Amino acid sequence: MYAGPVQDLIEELGRLPGVGPKSAQRIAFHLLKLPKQDALRLARAVTEVKERVTLCTRCFNVAEGDECGVCVDSRRESGVLCVVEEPRDIVAVEKTHEYRGRYHVLQGAISPIEGIGPDQLKVRELLARLEPEEISEVILCTNPNIEGEATAMYLARLLRPLGLKVTRIASGLPVGGDLEYADELTLGRALEGRREVEA
Amino acid sequence: MGLYRERGVVLRTIKLGEADRIVTLVTEGRGKVRAVAKGVRRTKSRFGARLEPLSHAALLCYEGRSLDTITQAEAIDHFRPVREDLERLGRATCLLEVVDAVVQEGEADPRLYQMLLGALRTLAANDAPLLVPAFFWRLLAQQGFRPVLEHCVACGSGGALVAFDVGEGGVLCPSCRHGTRITADALGLLRRILGGDLVAVLAEGPLPAGPELEYLGTRALEHHLERRLRAVGVLDRA
Ligand SMILES: [Zn+2]
Ligand SMILES: [Zn+2]
Repeated sequence: MYAGPVQDLIEELGRLPGVGPKSAQRIAFHLLKLPKQDALRLARAVTEVKERVTLCTRCFNVAEGDECGVCVDSRRESGVLCVVEEPRDIVAVEKTHEYRGRYHVLQGAISPIEGIGPDQLKVRELLARLEPEEISEVILCTNPNIEGEATAMYLARLLRPLGLKVTRIASGLPVGGDLEYADELTLGRALEGRREVEA
Repeated sequence: MGLYRERGVVLRTIKLGEADRIVTLVTEGRGKVRAVAKGVRRTKSRFGARLEPLSHAALLCYEGRSLDTITQAEAIDHFRPVREDLERLGRATCLLEVVDAVVQEGEADPRLYQMLLGALRTLAANDAPLLVPAFFWRLLAQQGFRPVLEHCVACGSGGALVAFDVGEGGVLCPSCRHGTRITADALGLLRRILGGDLVAVLAEGPLPAGPELEYLGTRALEHHLERRLRAVGVLDRA
């Protein structure tokens, strides 16, 4: 136990994802040693982000203002939505330069074991966008793990009867990897999703 | 601190640091094992899907002070038909949650382990709408909480039985009734599940008594485990 303010800082840091009590202590003492203006820059960045950045009212991406950069960009292809779990997944998809449509962030994934059901995700908000935005295709871009797959299956079942095209990102082998290290599930799905080679 | 080999089913995983996960498994020889899988969240991880919940794997681990570390994992079964069907995945998750609540670290329970594997294999072969209630009640019986179903648990009357009380661990007649109402259909189904008729029960389609027994089984397990079970019904909440 340390003096009040130091203990408070350690406890706050310890609440961050991936930071255990030992790391929290280490970071706290690092901050104590830091020149004042460096530490205050961090404090300001936190304040700034909490004051200026909110969630986009349309897609739930991070936004400065009402709608995010993607939603207000008129050059974006309309009619297609890429559904992701978290705003950081948008960054990952954007880096591919392969997608020109807009997004919808669910703010999580279905996880029965954590008690997280569809009602805790931005699913109703997704359904509400389909008609006004004349969406014809929804790409399910949730993580290829058990929660992401459950979420994709749930959404597919919900969306297909509405007559739109519902696609799921393919699972396959990482480029640059070795086949012999691939697990059977990934390799099996990669085989299923094989394409004809254009020569 | 040594190296050991185990077979196990992954029950749950939680993120650890940047790219690792703590994997909780039920194993054949050591009961619950919690072990770190390093780098498992990277897309190029050599573990791939082998340490995802629901995977049955052969592992090589080394013991640590608080957590073990998984150094190798080979898949035995991914139960792919279960993974790729929302209904079955929902059922399987209910089993994983309850096994996680029952199994203890360092206490092997080979029968529980076999029960889980058997249930997952059943589900992989065909969907079984009554699997979750059947598993819950068989598990209660296996853990020493076999309910009294033949006569009133309070007065011994063998006439009409209309209620079930989790605290008393059995059914009750109209004059002693307390706890939850139980229908004759549900009582009949429960007797079949705990009698010798499990295979036929699992081959049945959805029955109205199924959800009733699932609800009662959940309450009974929660009562004995002294913790809440969250997975039942999550997918139906929209
Ligand atoms: Zn937006
Ligand atoms: Zn009685």
